[in-house]
Amino acid sequence: MTPLLSVRDLRVGFGRDPRANEVVRGVSFDLADGETLAIVGESGSGKSVTALSINRLIDFGGGRITGGSIALKRANAAVLDLASAREPQLTGIRGAEIGMIFQEPMTSLNPVLTIGTQIEESFRLHRGLTGRQATAAARDALDRVRIPDAARRLKYTPNQLSGGMLQRVMIAIALACNPRLLIADEPTTALDVTVQAQIMALLAELKRETGMSVIFITHDIGLVAGIADRVMVMQNGQAVEQGELNQILDHPSHPYTQHLLHAVPHFANGRAARADGQRDKDAGTKPALEVDGLVVRFPLKSGFFSHATGAVHAVDGVDFDLMPGETLAIVGESGSGKSTTAKAVLGLVRSTRGSFSVGAAAASAARSARPVQMVFQNPYASLNPRLTIESILAEPVIATGGRVNAETQARMASLLERVGLPRTSLARYPHEFSGGQRQRLCIARALMLNPSVVVLDEAVSALDVSVQAMVLDLLVDLQREFGLAYLFISHDMAVVERIAHRIAVIYAGQIVEIGDAASVLSKPKHSYTKKLIAAVPTIDRRREHFELDTRQIPSLVRPPGFEPAPARWEQFGRDHMARVEA
Amino acid sequence: MKRILRAIFGHGSGRIGGVIVGVYLLLALLGLLGLTPHNPITQYRIDRLHAPSAAYWMGTDLFGRDVASRLMAGIGQSFTVAFFSVAFATLAGTVMGLAAAWLGRRWDGIVMRIMDVLLAFPAILLALLIVTVAGPGTWTSVVAIGIVYTPIFTRVVRGPALSLKAREFVDAARTFGSSPSYIVTRHLLLNLVAPLTVQVTLALAWALLTEAGLSFLGLGTQPPAASLGLMLSDSRNLMETAPWLMIFPGLAIMISILGFNLLGDALRDILDPKTRRALA
Repeated sequence: MTPLLSVRDLRVGFGRDPRANEVVRGVSFDLADGETLAIVGESGSGKSVTALSINRLIDFGGGRITGGSIALKRANAAVLDLASAREPQLTGIRGAEIGMIFQEPMTSLNPVLTIGTQIEESFRLHRGLTGRQATAAARDALDRVRIPDAARRLKYTPNQLSGGMLQRVMIAIALACNPRLLIADEPTTALDVTVQAQIMALLAELKRETGMSVIFITHDIGLVAGIADRVMVMQNGQAVEQGELNQILDHPSHPYTQHLLHAVPHFANGRAARADGQRDKDAGTKPALEVDGLVVRFPLKSGFFSHATGAVHAVDGVDFDLMPGETLAIVGESGSGKSTTAKAVLGLVRSTRGSFSVGAAAASAARSARPVQMVFQNPYASLNPRLTIESILAEPVIATGGRVNAETQARMASLLERVGLPRTSLARYPHEFSGGQRQRLCIARALMLNPSVVVLDEAVSALDVSVQAMVLDLLVDLQREFGLAYLFISHDMAVVERIAHRIAVIYAGQIVEIGDAASVLSKPKHSYTKKLIAAVPTIDRRREHFELDTRQIPSLVRPPGFEPAPARWEQFGRDHMARVEA
Repeated sequence: MKRILRAIFGHGSGRIGGVIVGVYLLLALLGLLGLTPHNPITQYRIDRLHAPSAAYWMGTDLFGRDVASRLMAGIGQSFTVAFFSVAFATLAGTVMGLAAAWLGRRWDGIVMRIMDVLLAFPAILLALLIVTVAGPGTWTSVVAIGIVYTPIFTRVVRGPALSLKAREFVDAARTFGSSPSYIVTRHLLLNLVAPLTVQVTLALAWALLTEAGLSFLGLGTQPPAASLGLMLSDSRNLMETAPWLMIFPGLAIMISILGFNLLGDALRDILDPKTRRALA
């Protein structure tokens, strides 16, 4: 039987001379009816380019197919080579026979049209439905992706829906014409873990219902386990290994696959938590940072006289303390207030209420001998592209009134070496470094002032898994060497498990559970923590089902003068407590 | 710098624009230094309204002055006014744009509303107004044209400055406690050099045109000094008997503006990271 899709020796290049700049270099694979192929690789491996070549969207991104064939078995059993097909033919295939969903649901939908109109468009183009028929079809499509209250939601514009809901809408559009092949390009990368789990479950369910084939592209090999039948691992534009799911995960033969599987942070329910540096309260050491009753609210004003109509309660009564040499991870989903907490500690956001033991002084680095410093999420945005590394590293010194002298120069050089970059980097510019190297530069810059606390705001989230592992190791080493306390903000439980001594789970602006990392991860008490942990994708949880849950995070907008009820805590063990649920 | 020059000459329209602007700069310099074929204000009474010839390359005007020499002197004069007025606009616009973006809130509102009012007037009308109030002359035209183009620079600076202000490296600078002046100069201004360069080149073209317009109306350069706009104005009544009086200054204005626009387009392509290939 001929496979649905048969790709042979595919080559894709970019630029004026595509043959000289090949990004995909001879990839071959087959996809049978109803099969799911996961393409795994790090950024720049050519996985997305491969997928975009299949429906020839690559033509619009400046790419050219320079060789090979892509044979698609069409509905009437005729075989068409997509690599050489003409544009009018392709227009009939995209959407009708090959559906596609993208990484960013927020930007793949038109913000000024209702989602109903956008779903109807697909039916109008490919099935010729109009008016009421199209609306009815759109409603059915939304029902199919389990969006509650579909008839009403059709009239919503994208800004009224959350990221997870929008990705469901994207899936509804992609599946509108019952394509026999769905290409999903990192469909959950921009989403929170619990939402990711819901989307993955939905995809698996829809696949079972429709019997379509799926090409699933991801950088996260942990995510593959739940959905794929077969896996293809890509590196530098070539498929280094492909085979059955179990074979790849259990007996990888190519060194790069082994490396990827090793580098990916395995979540082990707290068994892999750090055992060093157990906190010992009786020793009487002073905490490096103490946060007491932190509240951050952003007032909402409306009307002609801009009177207060309420406030966004971004952080609502957060307490924790952080010992020298300890890592406290703040875990939560987007919008939970974890980044706002970090920014308040650094004085980047003004707190409405609450106190910090070192915060007041640390907010202005000039007034503290050992200030609080921060490493940001995006290594590409946190270094000024027009300054040399020397100027970048010198900035904290200049800012605190110091002079750039031989001593500073020596410190810069030694820190660069310590974070694993050559001394010669000083004269270079940020764009000459890779993402991982830039993050090392950011770490070096944060260490220039010899801080007591370093806030790491999603500091490894933007990095590829293998780079991520190395940066995490570096952070642990630096912590031991300089006695640093880390406030590690993250949404990724597996990463947190590797670096945290203690964990605080934050939900809707409040800490719901806090305690020893091993204890919180192995015996979560709060229902939200349980949900978060259950959603972590791992290669050990193959074909495990996740309950579809369409609840949204409660609104953080409160009327003026609203105060949350005081928290009641329940103690579990020596260092582990959870908020009592209402 | 060398890299940018090389890139300009590697860019199709940049090469043409660069050569035109280069030739004009040379002519302007010669005109300002008085190195012209004849004295631009000497009146050769016998040779009045002489057609272009070997002695008078572009002919002579009603008073028997050599048009080629006056053209060079005029280019010198027009360029001087254009350069100083654009320098004025760049400085004033950058300072106000940065202030509006950095101080934000009320200051942003005040500065930008003033700029909106200035922008609401057509350029030449506003320049006319200022010159009429202050009295005609070279330096009043410089100030008038400078004020007219300040709002454009304010806008060009404010927009990117606002987005740079929200970038993480500015947040990072705040966490070390960097002073506002350090952040504004190193983090904002340094990243604004590219858009400003493009804007300066384009503004030079507009300033030349506005200067010519003011002089044409008799409010810019005063006779007997030469200026392109003044020469055009003088030629109006002799259009049919001595067309060279109009053709040469008219062409001079047109080609100079074409040159600056081509150069500006090339710079935009070269300095914009999205079309960075031109540099590689």
